[in-house]
This record gives sequence, structure tokens and C-alpha cells, in this order.
Amino acid sequence: MRLVVGHLFPDYLNIYADRGNIAVLTQRAAWRGHELEVRPLGADDRVRPGEHDLFYVGGGQDREQELIAPALAALGPALNEAVERGAAALAVCGGYQLFGHFYRDQSGDELPGVGLLPLYTVAGERRMIGDVLLECELEPGEPRTLAGFENHAGRTVLEEGAEPLGRVVAGFGNDGESGYEGCRSGRVLGTYLHGPLLPRNPWLADWLLAQALAHRTGGEPPELEPLPDELEGEAHAVSADRARSRGGRY
Amino acid sequence: MRGPLALEIGLARVAAGLSRLAGTGGGTTLPGKLLWKLDPSAVDRLAARLPRGSALVSATNGKTTTCAMAVEILEPSVRLAHNRAGANLVSGVATALVEARDAELGLFEVDEAALPEVASRLSPRAVLLGNLFRDQLDRYGELELLAGRWRQLARDLPPEAVLVANGDDPQLGEIAMERPGSVVFGLDDPRHASPTLQHAADSKWCVRCGTPYDYAAAYIGHLGDYRCPACGHARPALDVVGREIELNGLESASFELLTPEGSRRVELGVPGLYNVYNAVAAAALARALGTPLDSIQAGLQGFSAAFGRFERIAIGDRQLLTLLIKNPAGANEVVRTLVAGGAPSLLLVALNDEIADGRDVSWIWDVDFEPLLGRLERLIATGERAAELALRFKYAGLPENAIEVVPSLEAALDRGLELTPPAGELTALPTYTAMLALRDLVARRGFVKPYWEEAA
Repeated sequence: MRLVVGHLFPDYLNIYADRGNIAVLTQRAAWRGHELEVRPLGADDRVRPGEHDLFYVGGGQDREQELIAPALAALGPALNEAVERGAAALAVCGGYQLFGHFYRDQSGDELPGVGLLPLYTVAGERRMIGDVLLECELEPGEPRTLAGFENHAGRTVLEEGAEPLGRVVAGFGNDGESGYEGCRSGRVLGTYLHGPLLPRNPWLADWLLAQALAHRTGGEPPELEPLPDELEGEAHAVSADRARSRGGRY
Repeated sequence: MRGPLALEIGLARVAAGLSRLAGTGGGTTLPGKLLWKLDPSAVDRLAARLPRGSALVSATNGKTTTCAMAVEILEPSVRLAHNRAGANLVSGVATALVEARDAELGLFEVDEAALPEVASRLSPRAVLLGNLFRDQLDRYGELELLAGRWRQLARDLPPEAVLVANGDDPQLGEIAMERPGSVVFGLDDPRHASPTLQHAADSKWCVRCGTPYDYAAAYIGHLGDYRCPACGHARPALDVVGREIELNGLESASFELLTPEGSRRVELGVPGLYNVYNAVAAAALARALGTPLDSIQAGLQGFSAAFGRFERIAIGDRQLLTLLIKNPAGANEVVRTLVAGGAPSLLLVALNDEIADGRDVSWIWDVDFEPLLGRLERLIATGERAAELALRFKYAGLPENAIEVVPSLEAALDRGLELTPPAGELTALPTYTAMLALRDLVARRGFVKPYWEEAA
């Protein structure tokens, strides 16, 4: 099957090797016989209803975020509509912040967000930098872990009743104190974890692919054929150990 | 506390000797750390004793090599104090000052983040700003913050100091334009430009108005001949230029060095466009310090290689070629140079994640390793994050059965040498601490001296 990924502002938001996430999605789809087509989405592009099965937005420095935030927010209504029709999305770091309602930077200026996730972010004094380990349960009865690296000055506050992506086992998470990281709303995920995230957490790549396939077929997310993931497992274990031994410290 | 300088220096020198005796390292930073603890202002006073002042060199990429080239140029005519072995924080500079007994001129490689502090203490007569790329964001924070600190540093320099800056880097060109009398260097040879901006290019947007630059030529990452189509911000006029560049694979490079005093053909014994940048930078600095053009040419041509950056070591009947990788822009140039020299079929890549390597290893996904895949038959992935590195190549399309994950560096080196035919060469791309460890392994087997004895 052919899946279409809308990669939002790839020239601007790519600071933490975001193309690693795209490479993992593309290869793991191909190994199951699906073709993933990645279409860049920039200021001059339109999001046509039903066109994209999955959206991806990566991280950027403050300057890049400032440069593209208005153009990204202008795509907000179309993105919201696409998600209501069942498209999936993954937003990482700076993109995660801009998927909320707003991001207030250190000088007090507010960047508009797209409002796909029920949260807002305010820049803090100290950067939260280090390895992170999360426990999450995207599907009931299937507990999993996510290992990655965070580097953010923003403190992200989830609205009442919003669902975090995971519980922090080691690391800072959304704000360094709530004990939670990321946010999930249906098929839309946001997180500070890069590393990049998907190579060492292949189960999440497969979850996203299954959601994208469900959008394409209009059915339920399919069970994907398992792949040999020994290297991925090793990389995950090392990253998780790093988080346990040195995550969450200023 | 402010003590008698001679006593403090004496104590610090004893500490360096003890450190070496104890075998805990080269004592490359310990004396400076001790001096720093005893009396931070002693560093300023030590530097003030240098009759011909100090020059500082900083950059994300190439600062060790540029500094080593400048040493080669200057050493015949002036007694230098300089920090060996990349000990480039305040403590390393302080150590070099303690140990330089009768030096006339200080020439120091300085870490990007430490540069403002070192510059304010040393009151240098020249500061060289080489380039700024994304590197160790976990340690330095965002690139813009670092650029902002450098801009302030340039404003705070004493009026008689000379700023030497790479005009091909938009951030640094802007800093140079703010300071009249700056010496601006760069390259002019569009034959060596990349067809497109590399993935890892950083300062792609106009530093003044945010519009993407138009590049007449982009040489390395965002370094090149840029102009903003909206506000007109463009590369400043170049004072010292490298042009008519010839690259000879993995062996050497040559270029014409053009200065206001005339031009010389320079034959370098090290390869790659990045080394041409380093050489032009070293030439611009030496010129700012009053060195004649003939001495600059002779020094550059006499230069071999800075430690671990491009180093061939004979191990029995085989050779080990070591090329340091530490961030996307630098690693891309290493890959480009390897490919130009006929890419290897066997490659050892060592990824560590200590502080000096960057604890965040995501940068390996921004390196364009792909041009190596055409000829690569076997990858030995080693170091603390060997598995992550293996994934980088697996998802680039290298078959899993062509990848060996050997986390132990020693086992990986042995495996690599075993797979190298007699008289053949093993190519190794280590990150910083992996490079030190690899060199240490080779030294223990008696093939190379410890780094504090010979490194430049």
C-alpha cells in the first residue's frame, strides 16, 4: 500500500536528526511491502483533505521556530481537519511545542501554535538536557518503554484531563516536576524525546505506521509483521541505561 | 586569594610532574586547574608577561589543525607558548602559560564556549573566529546563543586587537563587518562548491532578516559566497583568499593564497577542502601577527597533520588511518574526502558518548554517510554507542549481515586489522574520546608515542 507522509517545514525544523525518524518509518514500511512517500510541507503548500496519512514535525532552535510559527499556525485548521478524519501525527521537541496552543519564549513573546494538542509551553530559565526513559501504554494492556534524549528550555503544561505520552522513569519530562512526558490525543503524539526517537524505539514507528494504514484503508490499525530488531533492542537498552544513570540532572 | 606568582607557578609545575608520574595523563590541564584554584587572576598576570602578547583560535571545526598550522608558520621566528593536545578550556590555556618559561607569544586553541572568558582574561592581540556549526547542542545550547556571545566578545576586544574572521560564515562575516579593520578570509573557487546546501547546513537564513540566502557557491555546510535576496546582506570583501584549489584525493591539496601583499602557490601535505580552509585561516592569522608571506607559505607546506585528525600509523605490516569525526559538518567533509580518495570497502567507526563527544548521539543521523555505501562491504561499529551507529547504517540501507557490532574498541581494532590484507590500510572514524582511546591502545602496543609527548 502507498502511504503519504506530510513532513512539516523540514528545512527549518530538523535540528535533532529528524530525518532519522523519517528513514525508520520509510524502511519499516518498505520491509512490509508498503511504499512511504514523504512530501515536504512549507509555507506555500496546502494540506488537501485526505491526502496525508501521517504528519511529522521535528525540532528547531528558537530562531527557526520564530521564522516558521506563523506559517505553521496558518496550516492549523487544515491539519485539525485531517486529524479529525483519522490522520496520525508525530511532533518532536520544537514541533511538539508548536502543536500546542502557544509557545512563550524567554523574551515573553508568544508564538502561535496549531492547537492539535491540549497544552501550552513557556520558556524557563534552565535547559533540561539529558537522557530520558518513559513508560507508556498506547494500547491498553500493552505497556512499553521509550528511550531518548531531551534538550529544551520550554516547560510544557498539559491542560486538565489531557493524556501524557508516558510516565517519566528517568529524566525531566514536560516540565521537570509533573513526572509526565509528552502528550497524546488519539493518533496525534507529541514528545520532547529525540535521539532520534524511532530507531531505538521501533515499536512506536510500527504503531504510527499501523495508524497511518488505518487512515488509508478506513479500517482498524492492522497487526504488522514482526521484524528482526536485535540491533534496535541493543540501542534501546544502552539508551535506557544512560537515562537511569544520568538522566534528569541539571 | 592572590599569592606570589612565582610560588603559584612552582606548585602548578610540580602538579604536572606528579600527574605524569602517576600515569594519570599528560598533565595537560592539572597545573592550570590548580593555578585557577589558587588564584584565578594569576592567569591574567601570566599572560601579561608574554612580550608579544597572545593570539586565540576558535571554531567548531578545524581549530586544532588551524592552530597547529599557525605553530608551524610561527615557530621558526618566535618562541611560542601554546596548548598541546587540545586542552582548550581555561585550565588548558593556564597550564600552557605555567609551562612556557621563556615564550614570547601565546598561541592558544580555545573551546567555543570558553572563548569569551579566555579573551577577557588574556587581552589578546589577535582573535581568529573560524566557523560555527551545530555541535554538541547538549553542551553548548543553541548555535544562536554562541554566536551572540562571540559578537559581544568582538565588541569587547581592546581597540588595538585584530579580529580575523571567516567571511564565508554568515554569522562571522556579520561580526567582522561590525568591527572596522577586521581581516576577513574565505575561499573563491566555485568548482569545489556543493551543488546543493548540505542537510546539516546551519545558518541558512539571513542573519539580519531571516530570508533564505542565495548561494553563488556553498563549500562546506553553510560556508560560502552568500547573498540575501531580500535585504542584500552578503559576504564581506575578502582580504585573504584561497583560490584555484586542487584536491588530490586522500593525499594532498594545493591552492593559491591571495593576500594584499601578493600571492603564493601552497602545496599542502594534508587532503580535503576543509584543510584548505584551515590553511587560509592560519595564513590570515599569521599575516595579522606580521609574518611575511614566504614564511607563511613555508610553514603551511611543512605541516603534516594534527593529532588524530588525519593520521597514518604503521601497525606491523598494516596501516591505520584515523580521521576524527565529531559533528555533521566535519564528518561530511571526512566522508567527502574519503570518497574522493576511493572509498574503503572496510570501515571502522567508533561512537562514544562522553561529555567531550557529546552525550547526545543524534548528530550521527545528520551526517551524510550514504556516499560511502556504494563501496562499503563491511562496517565494524564500535564504542559505547556501537548499536546506535549500526542502526544509522542499517537504516541507510547497508545489509545487516555487513555490519559487525563490537563495542570494545580493542576487540574492534583487532577485528579490523584481521580483515585488512597485509600492506593494506584500515580506515577508522572515531569520535574524540574514542580517538584518544584508540591512540592509547596503539601506543601501548608500541606503535606511537603518548599524546602529551608529541601532539601538536
